[in-house]
Amino acid sequence: MTENTLKDKDGFETMYLNMGPQHPSTHGVLRLGLVLDGEVIIKAEPDIGYLHRGMEKLAESRTYQANIAMSDRFDYVTSMNNNFVTALAVEKLLGVEIPKRAQYLRILMAELNRVVNHILFFGFFAMDLGATTALIFGFREREEALELFESVCGARLTYNYFRVGGVSRDLPAGFIEKAGNFVKMMRSRLKDYDDLVTGNVIFQDRSVGIGRISKEDVLAYSLSGPVMRASGIKYDIRKDDTYSVYREFDFEVPVRENGDCFDRYMMRMLELREALKIIEQVLIKLEPGEILAKVPKIIKPPAGEAYVRTESPKGELALYLVSDGTANPYRLHLRAPSFINLQILQKILTGVKVADVIAILGSIDITLGEVDR
Amino acid sequence: MNISYGLENIWTWLITLIDRLFCRAGLPYIFAYTLEKIIFGVALLVFISISVLFLIWLERKVSAHMQSRLGPMHVGGWHGWAQTIADMVKLLFKEDIIPAKADKWVHRIAPIVVFVPSLMAFLVIPFEKNLIGQDLNAGILLIFAFSSLAVLAIIMGGWASNNKYTLLGGIRSAAQMVSYEIPLVLSVLSVIMLVGSLKLNDIVEAQQGWHWFAFTQPLAFMLYIIAATAEVNRTPFDLPEAESEIVSGYNTEYSGLKYGFFMLSEFTNMLIVALVAATVFMGGWQGPKWLPLPGIIWLLLKTYLIVFVLMWFRWTFPRLRVDRLMDFGWKVLIPLAFVNIFLTGLFMVVFK
Repeated sequence: MTENTLKDKDGFETMYLNMGPQHPSTHGVLRLGLVLDGEVIIKAEPDIGYLHRGMEKLAESRTYQANIAMSDRFDYVTSMNNNFVTALAVEKLLGVEIPKRAQYLRILMAELNRVVNHILFFGFFAMDLGATTALIFGFREREEALELFESVCGARLTYNYFRVGGVSRDLPAGFIEKAGNFVKMMRSRLKDYDDLVTGNVIFQDRSVGIGRISKEDVLAYSLSGPVMRASGIKYDIRKDDTYSVYREFDFEVPVRENGDCFDRYMMRMLELREALKIIEQVLIKLEPGEILAKVPKIIKPPAGEAYVRTESPKGELALYLVSDGTANPYRLHLRAPSFINLQILQKILTGVKVADVIAILGSIDITLGEVDR
Repeated sequence: MNISYGLENIWTWLITLIDRLFCRAGLPYIFAYTLEKIIFGVALLVFISISVLFLIWLERKVSAHMQSRLGPMHVGGWHGWAQTIADMVKLLFKEDIIPAKADKWVHRIAPIVVFVPSLMAFLVIPFEKNLIGQDLNAGILLIFAFSSLAVLAIIMGGWASNNKYTLLGGIRSAAQMVSYEIPLVLSVLSVIMLVGSLKLNDIVEAQQGWHWFAFTQPLAFMLYIIAATAEVNRTPFDLPEAESEIVSGYNTEYSGLKYGFFMLSEFTNMLIVALVAATVFMGGWQGPKWLPLPGIIWLLLKTYLIVFVLMWFRWTFPRLRVDRLMDFGWKVLIPLAFVNIFLTGLFMVVFK
């Protein structure tokens, strides 16, 4: 980093604070170069790439099925949603028909993963603001959800559950009751969350009006997901450019108007409730049937390209896949919502306090695995 | 006839014994006096160390149960009672690292500077009527004077470490502790006005028979608890060591026993503010007449009630932001404290 020559408004020297990559709350290995005047930020420089694994290049030397396994590692918090988009893209190239039950199972898992992601967001955001207990509360509920995942596919973080043409395994016995109980428990725990965090005066003091993102900025920076909807733009790919069988389910797209940290937090809490609603509906609609379509052992899609957009918990997760007719993709490109949402950071960090940096970063909800890929 | 129970009888008996022995040996009284004070000081040190070990264990247990966990369960057998002892031993064995570009002597001295004043404040606290290091005329003032020295050590530690996070922590704590000292003293001032003495035993005796100042001065009591939370740097006022923002604040660069000293002084300070709250606002060593327990038991019960409340705060609230913290201190707490003093004065003039 070059010598810090910036002066504050009275012409005094400023302090260059190198926040990260090793820092308790940069959500991984994000590095922020902050030029400080006391505690006020004059200039912020986010620096990414510490977790770069070259996944888009690696994809070119893997078969399509192996790419689904690798997609678990894009954003390791929302593996099911990554599986979803990868499977959808390959299927679009192949043009296969997916059995009904597999469709439902996919939506069930994707929404369950959305719940997990938003619980984690709740915990970490509260933790960033200094409320330690909320983190443990979040992890307590996440554990229950992870046990559901474990009973389905044997893994707790990188599920590798989706297959080209369906899903890998059917639900184990008793899963539907367990999932139903989870939804019920989650509803009552959400009340606890509101009691502990949402209504807290200090929490609101720390988050209301902080890190406001205007509608124009949202469009200019092409932000998506809860960050976008918190600024008053009602757009959800599940509704507006629907995929899979989402149109069969009844759910709302919540919107907030102010676009500050508190609204971004509230968006997640509201979406969590909607996701629970979808899970409940899936559990009712599930009927016995096939879970895997007839696809060849070695998948060789015809030459061509496919672009698939999905609504991941973090925003618009899209995959661009080019096939040259061989068993490996010619090119795989991921539109990672964490990466694109992170771009606004530099703009909204100017002029806030050090403590707000953490709050704003937390409210955007990024996973560095997806930012750097 | 006032019947007294408890430790102070043993203490008085010990003092008399030492006095007589020295008298018989023909030595001047000053030797006996010095020996008595040394014995008291050592006893106090033992009490503080055990209390702090217990407090750390309690903090873990309280936080664990609030977060639906169990906390330490294995070390030592019963509910992990030896966990903190094991941790202290671990700290003892850790390497003592001084950063290469640190101001070495200031860095070394800071943990001592932080620990000594927090010990000194115990000298004037009456554990029972006669079980007291020295019943000074200006006892309560001495406690506040010593507790405000802690900020010096935190700035020293923060500055000498030559790290930007510790510097930020040091600056934050300087601003915070200096501004919260004022409501802290002002809230106790209204009690002092009512009692007419700075002697802690006088304040305790003025609250005989459930006339606790917590009831007659509820505003002062609340102000005291809030300001005390800020004074000992606990959530929601733990900005100097805000983990999610500035890593660990002023003690980021400390390791081993020096870090242990910062830790120790943090819990000693918590014990002091709780002891002062119990003494000034909750009747100190006095208990109900129908349950004749030693005074020290009553005092510790009240103290640990306050300590529990402080821990409850810590594991419930998020952290304030630095500018809002200053706003709250200067624009809310201090005016309220002045209003309280004014009302107390008015009350005294009208009803006397």
